[in-house]
Amino acid sequence: MAKVIYKFGDDISTDAIYPGRYMATVLPTETPQFCFADYTELNEKLKSGEYAKGSAIVADNNFGCGSSREQAASTLRGYEMLVIAKNFARIFLQNSINVGLNLITCPDIEVNIGDELELKGDKVLNKTTGKSFEIIPLPKARQSIVDAGGLIPYTRKILVDSTKK
Amino acid sequence: MTVVEKILAKATGQKSVKAGDVLEPSVDVAMSHENAALVINQFNEVYQGTGIEPKVWNPDKIAIIFDHRVPAESSKTATNQKKIRDFVGANNIKRFHDIRSDEGGICHQILAEYGYIRPGFVVVGTDSHTTTHGAFGSFAFGIGATEMATVWTLGKVLNVEVPETIKVIVNGKFSSNVYPKDLILHLIGKISAQGANFKVLEFHGEVIKNMPMSGRLVLSNMAVEAGATAGIIPGDDETAFYLKEHGVTEKIEYVTPDADANYCQVVEINVDDLVPMLACPHTVDNVKPVTSFKGKHVDQIVIGSCTNGRIDDLEIAANILNGKKVAHGTRMLIFPASWNIYKDAMKKGYLETFASAGAVIMNPGCGCCLGVHQGALGDGEVALSTTNRNFKGRMGNPKAEVYLCSPAVAATSAISGEITEPAKGEL
Ligand code: SF4
Repeated sequence: MAKVIYKFGDDISTDAIYPGRYMATVLPTETPQFCFADYTELNEKLKSGEYAKGSAIVADNNFGCGSSREQAASTLRGYEMLVIAKNFARIFLQNSINVGLNLITCPDIEVNIGDELELKGDKVLNKTTGKSFEIIPLPKARQSIVDAGGLIPYTRKILVDSTKK
Repeated sequence: MTVVEKILAKATGQKSVKAGDVLEPSVDVAMSHENAALVINQFNEVYQGTGIEPKVWNPDKIAIIFDHRVPAESSKTATNQKKIRDFVGANNIKRFHDIRSDEGGICHQILAEYGYIRPGFVVVGTDSHTTTHGAFGSFAFGIGATEMATVWTLGKVLNVEVPETIKVIVNGKFSSNVYPKDLILHLIGKISAQGANFKVLEFHGEVIKNMPMSGRLVLSNMAVEAGATAGIIPGDDETAFYLKEHGVTEKIEYVTPDADANYCQVVEINVDDLVPMLACPHTVDNVKPVTSFKGKHVDQIVIGSCTNGRIDDLEIAANILNGKKVAHGTRMLIFPASWNIYKDAMKKGYLETFASAGAVIMNPGCGCCLGVHQGALGDGEVALSTTNRNFKGRMGNPKAEVYLCSPAVAATSAISGEITEPAKGEL
């Protein structure tokens, strides 16, 4: 179960998720403090734990557009965020999969802040309203990275297998 | 096949591929900047527990350029840079461009002017504007740091879906106050910030054919602002000419699309009636003619970046500013895209023109483009910039506004202190 803590519109850039001025901070363990830094209240409630880990944010189209900074994915990963959007920008989508962030593409999603969501197979169930919405599955190749637990273990396995040959 | 399909077929040793195929292409150039610090971290993690000594797959295909925060703005950045420098030494990476006036500059400009790219290459960079190198007819796209760690380990990208291609045909003739920047802003406005998401833009037409490399780099650079994975301009004589001028001696082979190539969409643009454009806050696709904001006060004018910080951009600006002053109440910052450009501009007298006009000349690098150091905006301030992004907070302040434009619009507006359309025929 994931509670919706924030709703975004179209074209939320990686500058909004993780402002450029914090880019000298790179390690996944250190990036969560600057998550949505310019959305002061959201940032503070995430940091203080008022918004529990595993909460959901829901956006319209093109979430994560702009820069390739991986901090935008790792900062959300730090809060084990469930990120649902109508669609995502390419580099952000790939980065998220690579670092194990849970992204759900759901073109028809309807939620209000505070709603409780649950993932049920290929659907997002809004438990508060009782409605459910179709998920567009990841392409196979990306799913295999998710299944491996992220790109690092996925690459490690290929590396180890290649040296065995 | 389209250009990207041909490139990916070659990079995977196949006769043909088509949009939607998932491939693992080998990489010809792998570029990073200061975020190599994170790549190194992830790279070491890949090897963790394997008992295998971490070793990059091919040091000669890796390029690392310091540009985002040069010279370092904080001890944290300096420490990251030190870590990268050590890694570069240990791995014998030769295409390393440190903070030096004899080799430094913005990563995308460095790859271009040092002749590292060829038509048909697969180029990846841990920077979204890696699309820039599509101007050489390569398939060049941005990736994240973890994905780069995979490239450093295996020499390939593991998860590339062959993108569909949008064919963009540009014909007509630019008015004397209209530039490639106006064209790309117009295109992004037309197809939207997500109009080319997961797709490639492939540019054709007489305008492109006659466009020098400096203009082509602007188009490919900003292709990503329409969401495009890459913005490809098939190689031609201009590509070969530019590479030769930049020290490449080998014969250049072009990759051109087949006559029956499959495009998912065709966009035709005639530039005859195109006017100087602005991308207005806070998205790059919020594009309007310059005249619609005529007279709007500007606090900071910026000329520079990997988009419009090249010598001909500085030439345009210098010609406009020659003998004139930047309006009081407006400050002007200029950051050339590389030190070679800086020195060229010094020889040609442009720097003197700028300094006499009251503009501040900054060192080459990313400077204020991404709001990390130098040139931040105050609350409520308005910037007019030749850079490529105007997202909220982009120049270091979410309470400021950034408008994007060509160097001619920026220089003309600097004199009046207000958004002003450059006159026709004067330039
Ligand atoms: S100049 Fe700006 S857009 Fe270009 S690489 Fe630097 S930060 Fe990125």
